[in-house]
Amino acid sequence: MRALLLRDLALAVRAGGGFGLGLSFFLIVTVLVPFAVGPDTGTLAPIAPGVLWIGALLACLLSLDRILALDWEDGSLDLLATAPLPLEGIVTVKALAHWITTGLPLVAAAPALGVLLSLPGPGYLWLFVSLLLGTPALSVIGTFGAALVVGLKRGGLLMSLLVLPLYVPTLIFGAEVARRGAEGLDVQTPLLMLAGISTGSLALLPFAAAAVLRVNLR
Amino acid sequence: MLTLDSVSVTRGGVPVLDDVSLALGRGQAVVLRGPNGSGKTTLLRTVAGLQPPAAGRIEGAERVAYAGHADGLKASLSAAENLRFWVSAFGTHDILPALAAFDLEALADRRAGEMSAGQKRRLGLARMLVTGRPVWVLDEPTVSLDTTSVGLFAKAVSDHLEKGGAALIATHIDLGLPDTRTLDVTPYRARPRAAAADEAFL
Repeated sequence: MRALLLRDLALAVRAGGGFGLGLSFFLIVTVLVPFAVGPDTGTLAPIAPGVLWIGALLACLLSLDRILALDWEDGSLDLLATAPLPLEGIVTVKALAHWITTGLPLVAAAPALGVLLSLPGPGYLWLFVSLLLGTPALSVIGTFGAALVVGLKRGGLLMSLLVLPLYVPTLIFGAEVARRGAEGLDVQTPLLMLAGISTGSLALLPFAAAAVLRVNLR
Repeated sequence: MLTLDSVSVTRGGVPVLDDVSLALGRGQAVVLRGPNGSGKTTLLRTVAGLQPPAAGRIEGAERVAYAGHADGLKASLSAAENLRFWVSAFGTHDILPALAAFDLEALADRRAGEMSAGQKRRLGLARMLVTGRPVWVLDEPTVSLDTTSVGLFAKAVSDHLEKGGAALIATHIDLGLPDTRTLDVTPYRARPRAAAADEAFL
């Protein structure tokens, strides 16, 4: 398991690994928004939490099809499935590797990019917390989507269509935490809902992903 | 070590082979033969546990190490890193004997993406040695290997058999292995069934 995680991380940071793809996409979105809607603080501040969350979500979505498709193409997914590792563990490690290489950099960069969108002062902490809680759910749900379409040529479009509706609850509650935080309101309810979504997906989806992967490997 | 008891296999819901029985003991090798599309790969994938048999029983699937058409190598990792990953995945120890068996010592630090097709194949086959599993299931292992490398491969297989291992190999060339049986899959070809076409949708 540890070896698989280290291998996936090493593959991600080497040339052509796609590390930084999500991060640069996130950067581009947040840099472009003030150009499009105008630099006025009164316009930017209310939409900042939502824009940052949409940017993070799309950045995650962008790198999902690499999670399993690359291993499928070079045949190592077949070999992993015949190795003495449980398939549930393999997909969990894959999701964790995706989170470390995509989700975690987004969480770290979001407060810095909040400055570009004139995010109000109290919002930084809650933006950080909501992304830290929400991005693991994005990675796990995305791994499930990747398992659904593994083996399909150009499955990326189908996967986006399958995964986006599943991302909606995370987006709603994540952006709500950040918005309420920015406006100085109580964040407890959306924060608990977001934590519930994350822990629920973490607990259940690896089993679902392993089950569909077994069918897709036939 | 590996027993197939009247096994039937399907590909995409369509039956390809029916009623295949086979017993593979210590030190034995079976070579599968048959024309393209006759179901050799499907049978091997079933034996490796990648898909369940449609009927029949397979015993000893947990002892199988499988190598398919693709080598499963990561282009940006070196040969040694590729092998070391499988060493930790299978909980074995050493990659040096595997590198030596396929004459890869000089290439240990070269990235798999910069290797030739034959060198990649040798690295893919060296993976079988680091799995530590007794039953090798190999699908067309000699593709893109030159004569010398085929010799290395045949030697690796016969060493493996001498140590009490077993091998099930789909190949078209003669490896010159001792104690080898040949199983032609053509007589086991499944007859088309009326209900078969719906199977994938039910």
